[in-house]
Amino acid sequence: MTMTVHVDIVSAEKEIFSGLAQMVFAPAELGEVGISPRHAPLISRLKPGEVRVKGTDKEIFSFYVSGGMLEIQPHLITILADTAIRAKDIDEAAAIEAKARAEEALADKSGKIDYAVAQAQLQEAVMQLRTLDRLRKRGG
Amino acid sequence: MAVGKEIRSKIGSIKNTQKITRAMEMVAASKMRKTKDRMLATRPYSKKIGQIIKHLAQANPEYKHSFLVEREVKRIGIIVISSDRGLCGGLNSNLFRKTLNQITQWDKANVEIDICTIGTKAFGFFGNLKANLVGHVSKLGDTPHQHDIIGIIKIMLDAYAEGRIDELHVVSNEFVNTMTQKPTIEKLLPVVADELDESLNGHWDYIYEPDAKEVLDHLLTRYIESIVYQGLVENNACEQAARMVAMKSASDNAGNIISELQLIYNKARQAAITQEISEIVAGAAAV
Repeated sequence: MTMTVHVDIVSAEKEIFSGLAQMVFAPAELGEVGISPRHAPLISRLKPGEVRVKGTDKEIFSFYVSGGMLEIQPHLITILADTAIRAKDIDEAAAIEAKARAEEALADKSGKIDYAVAQAQLQEAVMQLRTLDRLRKRGG
Repeated sequence: MAVGKEIRSKIGSIKNTQKITRAMEMVAASKMRKTKDRMLATRPYSKKIGQIIKHLAQANPEYKHSFLVEREVKRIGIIVISSDRGLCGGLNSNLFRKTLNQITQWDKANVEIDICTIGTKAFGFFGNLKANLVGHVSKLGDTPHQHDIIGIIKIMLDAYAEGRIDELHVVSNEFVNTMTQKPTIEKLLPVVADELDESLNGHWDYIYEPDAKEVLDHLLTRYIESIVYQGLVENNACEQAARMVAMKSASDNAGNIISELQLIYNKARQAAITQEISEIVAGAAAV
């Protein structure tokens, strides 16, 4: 019987593949790696590229990953795939954008009516009224 | 006959409201199923990444990452996850109340707070409180993606790495079941590796490619992101469930009001007819 290793490929949004394999090929950061069962424990980052899984019947499953992590235990291979291409400057840009959004929305009090704020205040008023109502009922 | 015209129009308007709430209930019910599936689909990733972190904590890596080291708490970062829309019962208010209680406690201990918000509701609430908002993202829709939230997580992780905040917490609703959603505050940083698996204990270590520092950096960032993302999709499921329940009770209440009004209307109509008959009879007797 050929040796097999359990493979899980997951992304943050869903599970992509789970099953047994004879061999797995993945685009590790320092070059493509082929992993057989009973490989030594290893952790590596992945580059964007193709992950190929050779199943128990020698059929090949192929997946595209846009980066991620590869973890190898002797009997378990885990690939944590990213959902989108990630780079330091892209992350940076997203952070700046999120910050700007907060500042912009905070500064923009005078112009547009801030519906969420208005609603928060309305909610407060409604709750106060309801409490008053309850007190009145209990009193009368 | 002009009897009870106001009552009739009132019944009509309540019936219209009931139609709307019933439609919203059904929409929320179908959306809830989808958001719940999405919530379950994120679990394998965070489970796997949690396992790897646990392995790492046991494998005695030569490099101690700052995300794993506890330090004295002077300033705390919070990521608050809320919904974009209202009409979902007390979901957001309960969450904000719990957060406020916690913030007050920290405030008493002279700990300062930085807040990042996800969702319009949280922004409205904490913006109104003049809290120190450092980042915001909203209008992610029913299918949020992980890259939508990397911006605010990056803000918090950078702040932590540079020592501007000493702890990071995430506040969101936990989906217990359709009827119950539990507001929870979870500590993300520093990462605490709990309940070590004894069977794996030993003096082995991974081969790191390219090196331990970069791999750990990458892994811990992804770990935090996956937890926040999971919180987000879970909160989405909570929102739909809460809305479904709230709209169901609104429809039921509308039904009750309608039947009460109908009773009043019938009584008034009957009284008017009786009066008319007695007037006619009295008139006939007088002739």
